[in-house]
Amino acid sequence: MKKILATTAALAMAASAGMAEVKVGLITTLSGGGAGLGIDVRDGFMLAINQSGRTDVEVVIEDDQRKPDIAVQLSDKMIQSEKVDVLTGIIWSNLAMAVVPAAVNQDVIYLSPNAGPSALAGKGCHKNYYNVAWQNDNLHEAAGAYANSAGYKNSFILAPNYPAGKDALTGYKRFFEGELAGELYTKLGQTDYAAELAQIRASGADSVFFFLPGGMGISFLKQYADSGIDLPVVGPAFSFDQGILQAVGGAALGVVNTSQWNKDIDNPTNAAFVESFQAEYGRLPSLYASQGFDTANLLLSALETASPDDGDAFRAALSAANFNSTRGDFSFGPNNHPVQTIYAREVIKEGDVFTNKIIGVALENHSDAYAAECKM
Amino acid sequence: MSTVLIIEQVLNGLQFGVMLFLMAAGLTLIFGVMGLINLAHGSFYMIGAFVAAAVAAATGSFLLALIAALIAAAAAGAIVEMVVIRRLYATDHLDQVLATFALILVFSEGTRWIFGSFPLFLDIPGYLSGPVTLPGGIQYPLYRLTLIGAGLAVGLGLWALIERTRVGIQIRAGENDREMIAALGVDISKLYTLVFALGAALAGLSGALVGAIQSVQVGMGEPVLILAFVVIVIGGIGSIKGAFVGALLVGLTDTLGGIFLPQLFKLFMEQSAATNAGSAVASMSIYILMSIVLIWKPTGLFGARP
Repeated sequence: MKKILATTAALAMAASAGMAEVKVGLITTLSGGGAGLGIDVRDGFMLAINQSGRTDVEVVIEDDQRKPDIAVQLSDKMIQSEKVDVLTGIIWSNLAMAVVPAAVNQDVIYLSPNAGPSALAGKGCHKNYYNVAWQNDNLHEAAGAYANSAGYKNSFILAPNYPAGKDALTGYKRFFEGELAGELYTKLGQTDYAAELAQIRASGADSVFFFLPGGMGISFLKQYADSGIDLPVVGPAFSFDQGILQAVGGAALGVVNTSQWNKDIDNPTNAAFVESFQAEYGRLPSLYASQGFDTANLLLSALETASPDDGDAFRAALSAANFNSTRGDFSFGPNNHPVQTIYAREVIKEGDVFTNKIIGVALENHSDAYAAECKM
Repeated sequence: MSTVLIIEQVLNGLQFGVMLFLMAAGLTLIFGVMGLINLAHGSFYMIGAFVAAAVAAATGSFLLALIAALIAAAAAGAIVEMVVIRRLYATDHLDQVLATFALILVFSEGTRWIFGSFPLFLDIPGYLSGPVTLPGGIQYPLYRLTLIGAGLAVGLGLWALIERTRVGIQIRAGENDREMIAALGVDISKLYTLVFALGAALAGLSGALVGAIQSVQVGMGEPVLILAFVVIVIGGIGSIKGAFVGALLVGLTDTLGGIFLPQLFKLFMEQSAATNAGSAVASMSIYILMSIVLIWKPTGLFGARP
């Protein structure tokens, strides 16, 4: 009897080792406001998985509805009953803060395709947490650097009154050397900016920096264009991604925004990505799609050399970042956050489609302000 | 803080208030006449904006888009009333809230099905775009002035409809005593459908008008719905006049509070702390206004019933 049991156990072990199946949980926002971002991340991620041709990587996809409590439920389910090896997909920083610390402490690897809250980059960093997109401040810092190079001396800056909004203004101020004509926190989800526009008009600023993701940015830009204010605008890529530019329309033309990715970055990986994404989904990819694609390719590259069961070897393989990124050069800093070049892009019109074109480098090989605080 | 800036902000507050009134008028009518809490009212706002964006994209005419938005929202309202809402009049408010909340989900996912999950484009027509110079050298967007005008005109029309026409008499009678007017031979279910469609049409119009300067996206109606509820609570539930006064109060408080509270805090606080505290209090300001009104008049400014 004992012998039979032992044989069965040995067989079972052999079977699981032979299949070496990797299970990935992808929790992202697929319904409600902001679903466009989650859909792009998912599509980019799945494009890379499908292109790899690997059948031993199983991806479980769930919709968090942009609600922290639902994201936590889903991650508990994925870790405890689905037994995923790797989690990824979360778009919003508040959801990431609810899910990531608990997940990485249960020995699950988390690869962030979008959110990069400062709390997880500094003292709260973790060996199982990798950010493949950016630290939240990065694109704003680049906007500040760009404003210097453009010769702006007096900026009016505004962002919504929530943690990522505060990170944004902090990031801009960290690099901008000029004066501030005004600093405003708007309500999260605000759709009417008439009052803010009146203040900008009265402030005597020579430039405007804003971070208003999603629908807020669409509203702001349309109202800005209609207000008759004629100051140059700078912002992070979040209000100028491929998904929402068509909804902003002509109001965004000529606006400079900062991004770590654009479809015209010249490398073979990116060219192939843009072409295959368009062929597969019938639309141009956004930066979110590129982040999903890079996240999946990072994971695939690590799986080439190690299995998630072997924690240290797998983490070493991830840290090596030995994959071809759509952004060109990509490496991880000491806190597992990207060291990468951030570009300044300008909104242009190609035929009937609004899109971005790179006009220069805002920050070269940029890390983040919190790396030094990270003790792993 | 110049006079020009203050006048501009008052105009902004008026414009915001007038658009809120279009939402709140329908909500308060439906509650007043049928005693129904309709959480799905924001969905009609969204339907109006999406239909306007689709029609504007297809025809290029903003006016046609507005008309289509009105018709589509009214039709959606009439269908919803006949299929779902009609079964809820006799039930208590909890059932109504549950059922109309379900309608929000149905409409949101339905809209995503039809239009996709990316925001749509709806722009101000060329002849209304750009700023105009008002007396005193104030630069103000023409479209926002048009919104104020359109909102006031609709408000006036609504007043005339309710105070001066036969349908208006029936609506007012329905508010007071529904058994009695049914006994007098008025087809009460037809009247309910009409009122519901009218409310939905106003919400749709407001969605289409506002959609041109904001983003047309799934879920755009719910933030406005919350404000509209605040408006009708302040104005007194069931009262159109209350909705009008309440909407202007909320619009002005919200806009002026957002500007002047941070300035006020700067008088006795350090700059960035003042900005933080000021914006925090400003986002509470309309709820503070609501509490004050309710303490002073528990039924709202013009409300007859608790």
